[in-house]
Amino acid sequence: MTTPRLTQAAVQPYSRILGIGGVRGENVVTNDDVAGPINSSDEWIRQRTGIVTRRRAGGSTDVLDLAEGAARAALDDAGLTGADIDAVILSTVTYFHQTPAGAAVVADRIGATPAAAFDISAACAGYCYGIAQADALVRSGNARNVLVIGAEKMSDFIDPADRSISFLLGDGAGAAVVGASDTPGIGPTVWGSDGAQAPLIKQTHSWQDAVQHDAGWPTLRQEGASVFKWAVWQMAPVAEKALAAAGVTAQDIDAFIPHQANMRIIDQMIKQLKLPESVVVARDIADTGNTSAASIPLATERLLREGQVAPGALALQIGFGAGLVYAAQVVVLP
Amino acid sequence: MAHSEQEILAGLAEIVSEETGLPTDSVLPEKSFTDDLDIDSLSMMTIVTLAEEKFSVRIPDDEVKNLATVGDAVAFINGAQA
Repeated sequence: MTTPRLTQAAVQPYSRILGIGGVRGENVVTNDDVAGPINSSDEWIRQRTGIVTRRRAGGSTDVLDLAEGAARAALDDAGLTGADIDAVILSTVTYFHQTPAGAAVVADRIGATPAAAFDISAACAGYCYGIAQADALVRSGNARNVLVIGAEKMSDFIDPADRSISFLLGDGAGAAVVGASDTPGIGPTVWGSDGAQAPLIKQTHSWQDAVQHDAGWPTLRQEGASVFKWAVWQMAPVAEKALAAAGVTAQDIDAFIPHQANMRIIDQMIKQLKLPESVVVARDIADTGNTSAASIPLATERLLREGQVAPGALALQIGFGAGLVYAAQVVVLP
Repeated sequence: MAHSEQEILAGLAEIVSEETGLPTDSVLPEKSFTDDLDIDSLSMMTIVTLAEEKFSVRIPDDEVKNLATVGDAVAFINGAQA
């Protein structure tokens, strides 16, 4: 009797982002709109965060509506339809169903059924985690095209009186289609976690406590100064590793697209990375706010839409957040 | 090689000046970081991190809130030197 010889999926040498799209919450929320309950001001918020407005979705829009809008925009940009998608990865921390995964619902809405579909929880690093998985799925031959969506309705998770994070947050979704390529389009992902620092960005209490102990609706909190220190001085070396792993230097890249957490973090990271002035830096946070997993694809689609960078540009992207978790990679923009 | 308190004060003044634009001679031991030098929590973290690098010491995040004045920071860094 002979041992059967398995067939493994045929590998693809390269992958790239084929299209990108996004949607922002329909309401423009100014600093004056959020300053009252935190006894603050437009000037204080601008000085500490660089945020001028944040975009928030109305009550009738849920996180899957945002995800669907971004997914459709990314498919259009790639010139594909749902039928071309073999896997849908939805990164979110604001979808309130434990099961089933939101990705399956979105896949069905966009006509991607029977694509594989699953959600991931990697907070503000979620989009870069998704790109890492999409790259692996495509190059391993297990999917032709993968749709990666970062979608958040952060306004469902805010406490208006919280001075640590709530006033930063916005709603939106960004998505990218990843497929096979004739040339390298996604550099190696440098990623990781540090669960010992989980308390730095967290939900106030569990849903179980909310229901069983009448603890009320959970919201988010962060230790802002400690997160700032970690994000700048621990994440800049991660970004440098992603550049090195991709075989490029800061001089070679056209754009830097960090998670849009706080303009002060972005400015300090630029200093640490010694980015040349020729590098276009994504600063979508000023108008959109911090949209967690959606912030990098939203910032990317804006750079492309406004012509700040051209298709084919080389971009360094890095996500970092609650976990703590982080991921960085160099990508060729579609 | 340990730094003297004078050297720490001078080095810290340079870091504060770089971060805030204030002249180095305004960074005196009795000055409060928040009330006198108008340094917010994120700028304080930048100063702390640069001081850690300059003086090869570790300043835990939990300790930063206890560093109310420039003199507090100088004393902590002096004590933290190996």
